Amino acid sequence: MKHIVSLLMENEAGGLSRVAGLFSSRGYNIESLTVAATEDPTMSRMTIVTSGSDEVIEQIIKQLNKLIDVIKVLDLNDGKYIERELMLVKVKATTPHREEMKRMCDIFRGRIIDVAYGSFTIELTGSGTKLDAFIESLDKTAILETVRTGASGIGRGDRILKI
Amino acid sequence: MATSAKNAKVNPVSAQTQSESLGDSHKKSTSHDISGAEIVIRCLNAEKVKFVFGYPGGAVLHIYDEIFKQNGFKHILVRHEQAAVHAADAFSRATGEVGVALVTSGPGATNAVTGIATAYMDSIPLVVISGQVPVPAIGLDAFQEVDMVGITRPCVKHNFLVKDVRDIAATIKKAFYIASTGRPGPVVVDIPKDITAHKTSFHYPETVEMRSYNPVLKGHTGQIKKAIKLLLEAKRPMIYTGGGLVLGDGATELVKLARILNYPVTNTLMGLGGYPATDKQFVGMLGMHGTYEANMAMQNCDVLIAVGARFDDRVIGNPKHFLSQKRTIIHIDVDPSSISKRVKVDVPIVGHVQSVLAEMNALLATEVNQTGKSTKNDISDWWAQINEWRKVHGGRYEMSDTVIKPQYVIEKLWEVTKGDAYVTSDVGQHQMWAAQYYKFDKPRRWINSGGLGTMGVGLPYAMGCQFADKNAQVACVTGEGSIQMNIQELSTCAQYGLPIKVILLNNRYLGMVRQWQEFFYENRYSESYMDSLPDFVKLAESYGHVGMQITKPSDVESALKEAFAKKDKFVFMDFITEQSENVFPMVENGRGISEMILGDEKKESK
Repeated sequence: MKHIVSLLMENEAGGLSRVAGLFSSRGYNIESLTVAATEDPTMSRMTIVTSGSDEVIEQIIKQLNKLIDVIKVLDLNDGKYIERELMLVKVKATTPHREEMKRMCDIFRGRIIDVAYGSFTIELTGSGTKLDAFIESLDKTAILETVRTGASGIGRGDRILKI
Repeated sequence: MATSAKNAKVNPVSAQTQSESLGDSHKKSTSHDISGAEIVIRCLNAEKVKFVFGYPGGAVLHIYDEIFKQNGFKHILVRHEQAAVHAADAFSRATGEVGVALVTSGPGATNAVTGIATAYMDSIPLVVISGQVPVPAIGLDAFQEVDMVGITRPCVKHNFLVKDVRDIAATIKKAFYIASTGRPGPVVVDIPKDITAHKTSFHYPETVEMRSYNPVLKGHTGQIKKAIKLLLEAKRPMIYTGGGLVLGDGATELVKLARILNYPVTNTLMGLGGYPATDKQFVGMLGMHGTYEANMAMQNCDVLIAVGARFDDRVIGNPKHFLSQKRTIIHIDVDPSSISKRVKVDVPIVGHVQSVLAEMNALLATEVNQTGKSTKNDISDWWAQINEWRKVHGGRYEMSDTVIKPQYVIEKLWEVTKGDAYVTSDVGQHQMWAAQYYKFDKPRRWINSGGLGTMGVGLPYAMGCQFADKNAQVACVTGEGSIQMNIQELSTCAQYGLPIKVILLNNRYLGMVRQWQEFFYENRYSESYMDSLPDFVKLAESYGHVGMQITKPSDVESALKEAFAKKDKFVFMDFITEQSENVFPMVENGRGISEMILGDEKKESK
């Protein structure tokens, strides 16, 4: 099952490689991993999308907690959460398909952020499944390039990951 | 600065010296400021380090210069960096203190990696200080440069690269704290050469506060009560302890608990000595080469309490087979990630073993006082069953009048040393025989590489033990394969006059490989014969040691007595043993632990 694990760690050199190294050395999956400093620049917040049985996820959480630089770990799937990912898609947009592409973008509440002769660059945010759905609804030959950030997640309401 | 100019002469990479002195000159220093190298020494003295095992080289020359000027600790010069880390590791295993090793950059650092990984697998607290090329040269493929932090990341508890002289003291303080608390482990501190030349004021922090690292000490009382209830209701209880009990100094509390309950106790390979082997409640080591009774009791118990043990593949065999028998499992461990890793646990108790066991004993005592009920749970049927199992194999082996049996040597070693020696071993058949036939009554006396299984640890481990206790009897049980993997340390032993006794069980084979080839590869002994062996007697003598070769069973005991009577001499005893002897009982890889091969009759139990 897919899980979103959120963690706070010391914002120090090598932190990312400790986490990435843990996943590769113990054979865990990483679907995506995003990291950036928080409002407190001494800390980084990381969101890891992973999958595995309940036992594997339990081990992942424990092993992450064991890393000396990791301050707190939260499995967002233990409660209600929001997940967002940003995608940039460069698509072919030539007449007569230019209008159709604009409409598709509107349906998914995307934004065209660059217009060029024969192409649009669309910015789209949402859950991973929404982004997948957008890609699937496009004509594959129209897609020139996609870039995805990987998911960021946050708990709903009172669920706060903070020290 | 003058100091940098001097450094320029000793630094083999002249291109770096300019940046080194540049790095130095922009810093203002006062008369109280001392160099990074001196700070390293002062930190080690503040930690009351007694021995530093090391080997000098370019990147650590500033540090070695400061070692020359101090007498707070003794530096032990080994002959290979791997041995430095192993010796520091054994010193820690024997004393419980943090072991310290010092190596140079590049090859010095990579040579240390086997030692670090060995310590990591067995959770041994070490601080390994490695030199690094100067900061401006990092990443430029400089002479003797290696990414030590990157290489060691998967085999350390934590590691640091110090890039500012002002961080050295706090980093070393953290390193000792991290290494020795929680589940212990090795910590690497990588220090670039220019940082050891830079100067700053010295202040060693008295305490460490880390918001990201707060190991649990005390166990959850509710869980402990639950565990006691289960233990007292058990019909077929079993106590299973591992290396964590030894490292957590919980042996005394465990003996109390076991005596109160009168339950059977087994130790893992790493846990030997955690419970006295000569005690009647002890059923021996369990696992791949465990006793018949320990493995049968482990498989058939209804309540199992695991203390500082991790249900390793060599211990429980095939997990599916192990789980085919229903039992309730209580698991005490300081590391939450060890709990429910291979086997699902019913009552997890995260905490320091000594503290949890002490609380358990106290609660058991109040239970007796308040309720007037006895804690004696009648398990005589279970004991009767275990005593039947004890008769099945009983550690038997076929004695011979003509050729020395390796098991016999270990039995005699136990008698001659009155069971009181530090016994180190390498890895292979001799390791298993030492574990099976030397009855360890005290913790921290059996020193071997259980997790990583590193051949070559035996001799440097013996050195570490002898430094830990200079008057103790130290025996290194080894094989002719293993001993050659760190044989250069005979020289270190000579330099420091270490009266170690090497017990070489020489069967001219890589015995454990040969045994597996006999059982599973139809006697195709591929590359497991040890040819062109040196004359070990002459080899030992060439270093100034005493060499003995023993070929007759009737000479074994007298030779051991003679050797141990030489209290100030290193004695290398080359026992020419039975070539085709196998270790029994044995659980084949992938089998359940109660499915043992017992020996010559090759009978399998059900």
